[in-house]
Amino acid sequence: MANVERPLSPHIQVWRPTVTMVTSITHRITGGALGVGTLLLTWWLAAAAAGPEHYATVQAVLGSWFGRLVLFGFTWALFYHLCNGIRHLFWDAGYGFEVKTAAKSAWAVIIISVVLTLLAWILAYAVN
Amino acid sequence: MSKTVKSMRTPLGRVRGLGSAKEGVQHWWLQRVTAVALVPLMLLLACAIIKLAGSDHTALAETFQNPFFAIIVLLAVLAAFWHLKLGAQVIIEDYIHSEGAKVATLLAVTFAIYLVGGIAAISVLKLFFGA
Repeated sequence: MANVERPLSPHIQVWRPTVTMVTSITHRITGGALGVGTLLLTWWLAAAAAGPEHYATVQAVLGSWFGRLVLFGFTWALFYHLCNGIRHLFWDAGYGFEVKTAAKSAWAVIIISVVLTLLAWILAYAVN
Repeated sequence: MSKTVKSMRTPLGRVRGLGSAKEGVQHWWLQRVTAVALVPLMLLLACAIIKLAGSDHTALAETFQNPFFAIIVLLAVLAAFWHLKLGAQVIIEDYIHSEGAKVATLLAVTFAIYLVGGIAAISVLKLFFGA
């Protein structure tokens, strides 16, 4: 490969951010975050399989204020990636490419992911 | 009129339609298949975790003895880690350009994902069989 410093495309810093750009990169960031978060899920499952003492340790860590904060972020990342993933599946099927439609579905994903996150936590506190 | 050559591809290559990477749309397709599977599985898993959030170990172990519950969690784990492997590969290929570092990172991340996914799957099975 030639070592010439040619400008890379897309030249993202020259454009004003749009909601579709933000939702696009956020899909990748939440995907990466969820990947790291699988370590938490696996720790929880492995500790539950290992026995009551290990399980109590995990519950104590995840139940602390910091644990709850991380889990709250994890919940939002999950619902965001889920909603935006469905949006991607519609694109794969050939629907929703118009600029206005894409912007509307971007806002819908943002709003629905926040609503689902809040709903999940309200339900979790109500049930337990 | 003699047959003109319209493509440099061999007839066999054209029929297979697998392209230069020799896997065609397999990676792209599997990412969509696992995505479609994950929509109901993750919603069910979210409901399960909401219900189990405050449970002690006894209640949790009992829930995992239910075969319907165990299979849903197991399928969710398998689909999630498979989807993760495919997604992580795309991100690494997009951002790491030097061939050596790219292959090394792909190997390390793939092995790590299968290791963690294996631990998660075995944990579900252990809880189900109550061993």
